[in-house]
Amino acid sequence: MINQEIDSYINQDMLPYPFCPGCGHGMIVDSLNAALVKLQLDPHQVVIVTDIGCAGLSDKFFDLNALHGLHGRALTYASGIKLANPDLKVIVLVGDGGCGIGGNHLIHAARRNIGITVLVFNNLNYGMTGGQHSVTTPPGARTATTPYGNLEQPMDICSTVAVNGASFVARSTSFERDLPELIAAAIDNEGFSLIDIWELCTAYFVPNNRYSKKLLEDTMKELGFASGVLRVSPHPEYAHAYRQAVADQQGLDVLPAQYLQPKYTHRLRTRLNVLIAGAAGQRIGSAATALSRGAVLSGLWATQRSDYPVTVRTGYSLAQVVLDLDQAGFAGLSRPDVLVVLSEEGLNQVKPYLAELTEEARLYIESRLLPVQTRAVITALDFKGKGLKRIFSLMALSEVLRQSKLYPLDAFREAVALDEKYNQEDLAALDVSVGISVHPHP
Amino acid sequence: MKENPGREFISGAEAIARGALKAGCNFFAGYPITPATPILLHMLRELPKMGGVGIQAEDEIAAIGFCLGAVMSGARAMTATSGPGISLYSENIGAAIMMELPLVIVDVQRMGPATGGATTGAQGDVQFLRWGTSGGYPLIVLAPTHIAECYTLTQRAFDLAERFRTPVFLACDKDLVTGSFTIQSAAFEEIPVRERRLPPKDEEFVPFRFPSPADVPPMSSFGGPHMVRFTTSAHDERGYLTKNSAAMQRKNQHLESKINQHVDEIALVEADLQPGAHTLILSYGITAQSVRQAADILRTHGGRVSVLMIHSLWPVPERQIRGALEAVTRIVVAELNQGLYRREIERLAKDGQEVIGVNRMDGGLLSPADILDMGGLK
Repeated sequence: MINQEIDSYINQDMLPYPFCPGCGHGMIVDSLNAALVKLQLDPHQVVIVTDIGCAGLSDKFFDLNALHGLHGRALTYASGIKLANPDLKVIVLVGDGGCGIGGNHLIHAARRNIGITVLVFNNLNYGMTGGQHSVTTPPGARTATTPYGNLEQPMDICSTVAVNGASFVARSTSFERDLPELIAAAIDNEGFSLIDIWELCTAYFVPNNRYSKKLLEDTMKELGFASGVLRVSPHPEYAHAYRQAVADQQGLDVLPAQYLQPKYTHRLRTRLNVLIAGAAGQRIGSAATALSRGAVLSGLWATQRSDYPVTVRTGYSLAQVVLDLDQAGFAGLSRPDVLVVLSEEGLNQVKPYLAELTEEARLYIESRLLPVQTRAVITALDFKGKGLKRIFSLMALSEVLRQSKLYPLDAFREAVALDEKYNQEDLAALDVSVGISVHPHP
Repeated sequence: MKENPGREFISGAEAIARGALKAGCNFFAGYPITPATPILLHMLRELPKMGGVGIQAEDEIAAIGFCLGAVMSGARAMTATSGPGISLYSENIGAAIMMELPLVIVDVQRMGPATGGATTGAQGDVQFLRWGTSGGYPLIVLAPTHIAECYTLTQRAFDLAERFRTPVFLACDKDLVTGSFTIQSAAFEEIPVRERRLPPKDEEFVPFRFPSPADVPPMSSFGGPHMVRFTTSAHDERGYLTKNSAAMQRKNQHLESKINQHVDEIALVEADLQPGAHTLILSYGITAQSVRQAADILRTHGGRVSVLMIHSLWPVPERQIRGALEAVTRIVVAELNQGLYRREIERLAKDGQEVIGVNRMDGGLLSPADILDMGGLK
């Protein structure tokens, strides 16, 4: 709390306001000051965030923390400020223009009910750039960019944020005597607050439309836009709710290392390139990781690269594992020494490699995908009645290890067990041989 | 030195997340995008354990906006995206430069232009990161070549961001971030955490006051002992809008000088120069792994070749590059794009030095054989 009563938050050195004669902005700034005086907030704990436009000139009149940022993004900065320090009172001053370009953020800040207070300086057009129409310009209005009258429906800012979860929503005008009290109530609310404050732009909207205070109030009524406090809801504020939701995570181990201490032996002589080709859903990547981890447990160095289309659970899935005696650099997909093919989709992807395989190469392939043209030694894999499709990739790799004796099956089993996705039943399936070796026919 | 508990098999994404947390990162905001999403997932899951905040934003513009706001509240922030996301970050990258906010931005490069190839790698953003916002003012771009550097250079990115109050990019490769690699745990090098330099508590604070243009002012946060003003518009040393030409000249000179007069402090290269070699192969990122292998192959067969890896792409480490080029007549620049960084080397090469590009743009990696063949090194 502060020791001395503050009678104004305005920096007198910065006065007078630069606003046009009759512009509502000065009245709103005065009302905000009156609200702050009423609340007696500690100035160090208040941040004013302004958007671009005439309203964006207002922050400098306050003897408070301030940020003047990019057009439309005030709510994103305010959200970050509040998320990182929930004790701060964050007040956003934005025009109707900012509600257009930043409309997406308006919806989502409301939806999160993040604890910021938004005052919309809504003068129905763009003042700073010369009176173009905005998202709140009434139908038929003449502006620099609607020379034949505005054809767009105005955005109901209050209804938009209210229906999306804002916890304090009100509409008023710069002329209202109780505006300071309304602003104080908005700031006092823990969650997302917004007041849509209608006002006159005497530079453009008033002369272009022979507009007046009376017509402003009439427009509001004609459009059916309600005024006063429109919504108050006590639901939780995001920055505080976040901290509550994750409180039980505090102090837990951060990304604990999973050490793979080599304890098995291997029989690798030179770098081995293994390519596993299957379909999404066959856990190709997980099986490749198990093969890699098992190799590391056996004193080898493994590198894994995956390749897949942008779709999920459909289409091909490729994983390349390079096993080496020393830390190998990674140089992309090259001709495999061992090719494992588990589905039609995978086969289509690796067809160019089949012809390149030498007599020394080994092809492990789902028996239903045979015959294929290759010089490699083929092992037909028969999974019929041997468990679930999601562990075929593991069974295939255990067959590779069984035949090649690259490293012990125990190392592979230990590697598979490191992956929470697999259970005891899956591990047991690794003992079942699914392969029948076939000599190649040229 | 820490003990050596063995080996690990981890992804580049995890190494980056670990590096960030080691560097004291306590705020992350991002928007899902292949292939950078794994970093978002790690950060959102791990940050609460350290009392930090991780959030998915409604779009990339909000993601970087959240980060900038959090930094102003005193956070150490990071975000991660790919080329299309960097496009949306563009205006706020300028905002971070103008407001002098430390921020680490990971770019997991994917093939462009536009949506390009979501699951396809490339190194096409190396000029874009430098010139992707208006004004042309400098920033820092680091590029890891392997898994251990994902960890170390992420920490270094935070270090430089605080040192110079500037956005720092970590330009990564899709295959490095989404791939998994074996590493001796001891190879994960830790660098000391640089705390934010704060102004003295009891003195008057002028947020953008610097004695000479190359000096970096201390930074105070919202909610701290001082009243603070930030603005993305041209401003004086107190953070107030200005059109005073002397004030604008001084500020802009500062934005230029604070980086460009400290290039040697930022420069990170790895030179493997062989006496008598006429050719130097220059590379960065994952392509450097193939270059190392290519050099090994060449040397095993009695050839001579020098190698230079650039870890700090921007500002261009010109003195270090010129030094490495000194003794050679041919320079091979290997990169997964149409020759984007080669132009930096061409302007540094002397008369009579030939600069050859080895390039690939189909999403695949350059193999050692590609580098030797296309670089005329057979």
